[in-house]
Amino acid sequence: MKLDNLWNGTHWNDDGELEVLTFDLNGETFALEAVMVQEILDILPETAVPGSQPFVGSVINFRGKVIPLADLRLAFGMEAAEATIDSRIIVIELDLQDEPTLVGLRTDKVNEVTTLAKASSEAPPSVGMRWRPDYINCLVKRGGEFIILPNLQAIFSARQNKALSA
Amino acid sequence: MSSTDPIAVFRIEAAECLEQIEAGLLDLTHQLDDKALIDAVFRGLHTLKGSGSMFGFDALAAFTHHCETAFDRVRKGEAPATAELVAAVLDAQDHMRALVDDPNGDHDATSQRLLAQLQAAVGGAAKPAQWVTAAAPASVVTDKRKTWRIRFSLPLNAMINGTNPLGLLDELRDLGECRVVANTSTIPSLSALVPTELYLSWDVTVTTEQPRSAIDDVFIFVMDDMQLDVEEIDGNAVVATPKEAVVSAAPAAPVAPAAGEIVPVKREAPAQVAPVADQRQAKVTESVRVPAERLDELMDRVGELVIAQSRLSQLASASADIGLRSVSEEIERLSGELRDTMMVLRMVPVASLFSRFRRLVHDLARETGKVIELVTEGETTEVDKTVIERLADPLVHLVRNSIDHGLEPPEERFAAGKAEAGTITLSARQSGGEVIISIKDDGRGINRERVRAKAESSGLIQPGQQLSDAELLQLIFAPGFSTAAQITNLSGRGVGMDVVKKTVEALRGAIDIVSLPGQGSDVSLRIPLTLAIIDGLLVRVGAGRYVIPLSAVEECLELSLEEDLRSRGRSFISLRDSLVPFLRLRDVFRTGTKPDVHQKVVVISTGTERVGLVVDQIIGDHQTVIKSMSKLHNDVAHFSGATILGDGSVALILDVVHLVTVGQQQEAHLRAAG
Repeated sequence: MKLDNLWNGTHWNDDGELEVLTFDLNGETFALEAVMVQEILDILPETAVPGSQPFVGSVINFRGKVIPLADLRLAFGMEAAEATIDSRIIVIELDLQDEPTLVGLRTDKVNEVTTLAKASSEAPPSVGMRWRPDYINCLVKRGGEFIILPNLQAIFSARQNKALSA
Repeated sequence: MSSTDPIAVFRIEAAECLEQIEAGLLDLTHQLDDKALIDAVFRGLHTLKGSGSMFGFDALAAFTHHCETAFDRVRKGEAPATAELVAAVLDAQDHMRALVDDPNGDHDATSQRLLAQLQAAVGGAAKPAQWVTAAAPASVVTDKRKTWRIRFSLPLNAMINGTNPLGLLDELRDLGECRVVANTSTIPSLSALVPTELYLSWDVTVTTEQPRSAIDDVFIFVMDDMQLDVEEIDGNAVVATPKEAVVSAAPAAPVAPAAGEIVPVKREAPAQVAPVADQRQAKVTESVRVPAERLDELMDRVGELVIAQSRLSQLASASADIGLRSVSEEIERLSGELRDTMMVLRMVPVASLFSRFRRLVHDLARETGKVIELVTEGETTEVDKTVIERLADPLVHLVRNSIDHGLEPPEERFAAGKAEAGTITLSARQSGGEVIISIKDDGRGINRERVRAKAESSGLIQPGQQLSDAELLQLIFAPGFSTAAQITNLSGRGVGMDVVKKTVEALRGAIDIVSLPGQGSDVSLRIPLTLAIIDGLLVRVGAGRYVIPLSAVEECLELSLEEDLRSRGRSFISLRDSLVPFLRLRDVFRTGTKPDVHQKVVVISTGTERVGLVVDQIIGDHQTVIKSMSKLHNDVAHFSGATILGDGSVALILDVVHLVTVGQQQEAHLRAAG
């Protein structure tokens, strides 16, 4: 029996499959549910927001809307990195306090839309991992490597709660 | 997106209708004999009853019917309009509101009580049916039957507007014996005929027991646009054909309405209809109801257009192409006009806000036993609709405050040599990019000693601490602050001045208080004219660009390098003999850059308090479409929003109120230290 309740953020379909968009961050492969992706953008000019948390330290102009730009690297405690020619911004829609909110995510490279199988997924190991387990929905094995499905709700609401209590 | 729920639509309409009735009643308290007002209230009640029963609000319709009946008697001159009646109908009107909000609730007891009150006010009789006998004058003409000749025509577009002439004819027919002749002479030839237009006019002869006003009532809702000619004639003269003679011989009054309504009173010369109709020619401007979200969407689009346009201007100004430049100028003009029109779309006159206070003042005067006169000024001043909505509660609080704390009881006023009636003045005016709404009373003014005592006892200030008058008055905005000696019905309900202040600041506004002991107080709310688009001053700090709302900018100065060095120890500049604290935004934002050689100081103010902001460069004016920041940036205090610049990049808008507070605190801190 797998720990199903840990994966409640992931919407496997009836066949136990999930369509995702995979992308790279500091050499690791991450995946987001394809349905939440709004758009993939080339790098845009960013505006730093002094006084905000580094994880969401800037804003961008997304089609006339000012949306926060987040860096998952900083949430996972990885090093920040300079943009490269492959860098892209993935715009996703998240529910924050029951309000749909657009957020941009920095990535080093956007790979592909693909289908993952629940059968090859695993709950995050409780030891031997340098990241906070509650920030990860699950790991999916594919061709000898792991794809990380981050728990965006947990990541953003943690930041948000901290922000609200500050 | 749009709300199509008919019940919701009815509720909105009913609310407007009730508001009109209330306004009419309140006006009536001052001019009890104003016939136009009585008619207006009656029409309001009639509409409410009609649409209420149409939408299944039966309790409302039944209850309103009784009020309407009572008012009808006043309208027909059978009962006098008295203050008691107006008060009773005002109460009844509150009850109607409850019936609209909760049609299925248990309202019977209240309904009965109010109806009894109403009946007492209108003539003392116990039942509607008995009112007639009680009030009918003894000298009523005995021969009740009269014959009227009615000629009327409706405008061509009457049917498009939903008027059904057959309904009018039916109503006339209900009055008594009726003979209708349609005038077909104005029907055009078939080729020119528009099927939706109304070409007919009618010539109707009615023999009825009902008074002349019953005929006018038939046309009451179409009176404004129609031509109506009513004259009394000799009944036998028109009954020409034998067939009709038979009809006219039949017993009278075929349809008897409720007994209370058949009260024949002889009055009014036939020719009087025309002037009445003329008075009503002053047409209400037509309006369209649009859901607020749609306007918001439109505002967003216009906002994006303004952004795109400023990018275009930037490109055009860098180009040598004459054609491009002229198109760009044209677009600039158009988008500017569109923006202005757009802003006006959301504006409503403050009259709609002020009118709510007449009832409040009316009720409070009764409650407190004070004599209060409410004066409103500048009611045509227009303010954004959302601002009006959000200002309603703070204003209620301020008006209550003025009446409860400010105005003295009549004896006290008399002793102080003032007029017995206290005056509350609600005024609105536009000043630059702001609307100033002020609540002024001629009461006793704010008692400084009491404010100080209260502040000391609650630990807000040290005993004996030196404070300027303005600082002292600001204390009343502290949370939980109340100087009311005892908690009355009016004060102490938990809505404090701190909430008022927060609401106003959330609208990017500010509050000024002027209060003279013995002469009264004046609380002014300064609200930016519109929330979505502001004029801003674009500045550069380090590599970042920021927008300062221009309405808050007082002046810009240069801060020379040596002055900058000299001022290292203290953060003050001397501005025409007063010291203004300043903030180095470079430090506040931790840009980590070196200061420019020619730094500038932008002096901003929130009315009474000023603070200088040191920036590296002033770029210039910028029209700013305000975009809100996401919840992820809720914790960022220095900014009130963001905007998009001509090149598509984002600039943050400085939160003036916050920065002034920070500056003033820093100054207080330095003073305390030094």
